[in-house]
Amino acid sequence: MNYNWNWGIFFQPNPMGTGTYLDMLLSGLVLTLKTAALAWVIALITGSLVGVMRTLPSKGANWFGFAYVEFFRNMPLLVQLFLWYFVLPELLPKGAGTWLKQLPNAPFWTAAIGVGFFMSARVAVQLQAGIGSLPRGQKMAATALGLTTAQGYRYVLLPMAFRIILPPLTSEFLNTIKNTAVAITIGLLELTGQARSMQEFSFQVFEAFTAATILYLLVNAVVVTAMRFLERWVAIPGYITGK
Amino acid sequence: MFGNLDFDVIRRALPYLFFEGMTFTLTLTGLAALGGLVFGTALALMRLSGFKILGRIAGVYVDFMRSLPLVLVIFWFYFLVPYIGQWVTGASRPISVGAFASSLITFIMFEAAYFSEIMRAGIQSISRGQPAAASALGLTYGQTMRYVVLPQAFRNMLPVLITQTIVLFQDTSLVYVLSITDFLGAASKVAQRDGRLVEMYLFAAVVYFTISCIASYAVRRLQARIAIVR
Repeated sequence: MNYNWNWGIFFQPNPMGTGTYLDMLLSGLVLTLKTAALAWVIALITGSLVGVMRTLPSKGANWFGFAYVEFFRNMPLLVQLFLWYFVLPELLPKGAGTWLKQLPNAPFWTAAIGVGFFMSARVAVQLQAGIGSLPRGQKMAATALGLTTAQGYRYVLLPMAFRIILPPLTSEFLNTIKNTAVAITIGLLELTGQARSMQEFSFQVFEAFTAATILYLLVNAVVVTAMRFLERWVAIPGYITGK
Repeated sequence: MFGNLDFDVIRRALPYLFFEGMTFTLTLTGLAALGGLVFGTALALMRLSGFKILGRIAGVYVDFMRSLPLVLVIFWFYFLVPYIGQWVTGASRPISVGAFASSLITFIMFEAAYFSEIMRAGIQSISRGQPAAASALGLTYGQTMRYVVLPQAFRNMLPVLITQTIVLFQDTSLVYVLSITDFLGAASKVAQRDGRLVEMYLFAAVVYFTISCIASYAVRRLQARIAIVR
């Protein structure tokens, strides 16, 4: 292989004047984590609402939940980001559209919202499965105790369902982190984007992508370890994973 | 709201969108699914082979691929494949491979990690007695897999495999980062040439949505049918 390796490149100043190339990659990592965190909050909140709707006895709520999930699952994430970023401002009334277009950090907000809603459909499906896996008796017992539907979900069904689906939720969270890389297409300089621009500035392709790869692997390892602790901490006594 | 939109731009671009773009997308999806399935099944067999080293190698490969964003993997292979080609053919310079070959290799290598997990679950769903009965009949390991285990595993996992292929179909849109003319790439090129982003991206969204919806409906039908057969 006639490729000029230069691992010292990370400690050389980058052309943007923001420190070394390593600083550039680390700022990308921070942006990846920030975007993923905001997206995950959106995904958890809306995903939980939709997931609950799909298990309610009401036909309308059910249908809405089904349509919501199908809508966000059957379009590529990239297309959804383009819809949020290029199409939505044009379809809004003029004033609102202009405000959206002039928003500072527009790629960041678009990416967080786009990835968030994309992932919310997946969270909804997981939560629906989690609630569905509970024995029917739990809901009946809640009703028999005089709890309203809302109270039944709040105190009985959801605390159980969320613990059961914690492992799949972990992988959905990891997917959220990985999916923020798609936002490179709308100009978000997250980790993959910074690795790409480092490659364009320095021509050190493999060093840049190796560093990004290692950082993604590290983030993965940290999240997986943290979630194992959380799983053990909230485990339900009497279940296989419980104490 | 839709007042000043020009939907005629879509009609004029239709041949380009479908003959160039969609053909690329569908060919890439089909070949990558096929290659990914073959390579993924090989990885699954390695993990279940009982040879520790083989299993470890396949496991590390699968975990590694699954922790990286697809966009990063696309970039990796785009830059790496010419060097690998040089190394394999012994050429003096990195050889240039086309956009199609590069993205096909990327998606086969990437999807294999996901297909292998599906096939592993499928193989594990076959009861122990079946390979035992096969070896009692005198079948070799290869014959057992070929005639007994894999056909059933494949059949049990067919809905999941198709669902993964729908995900793959959507993911191929990410070759956009290499400026390749797949369906979305074609739509985006027309959009930028004619300054009609809204119409073209809405149309692309509708097309992806329709195809994925029909395919996932087919999966649900298939699942119901398989459930009756059992």
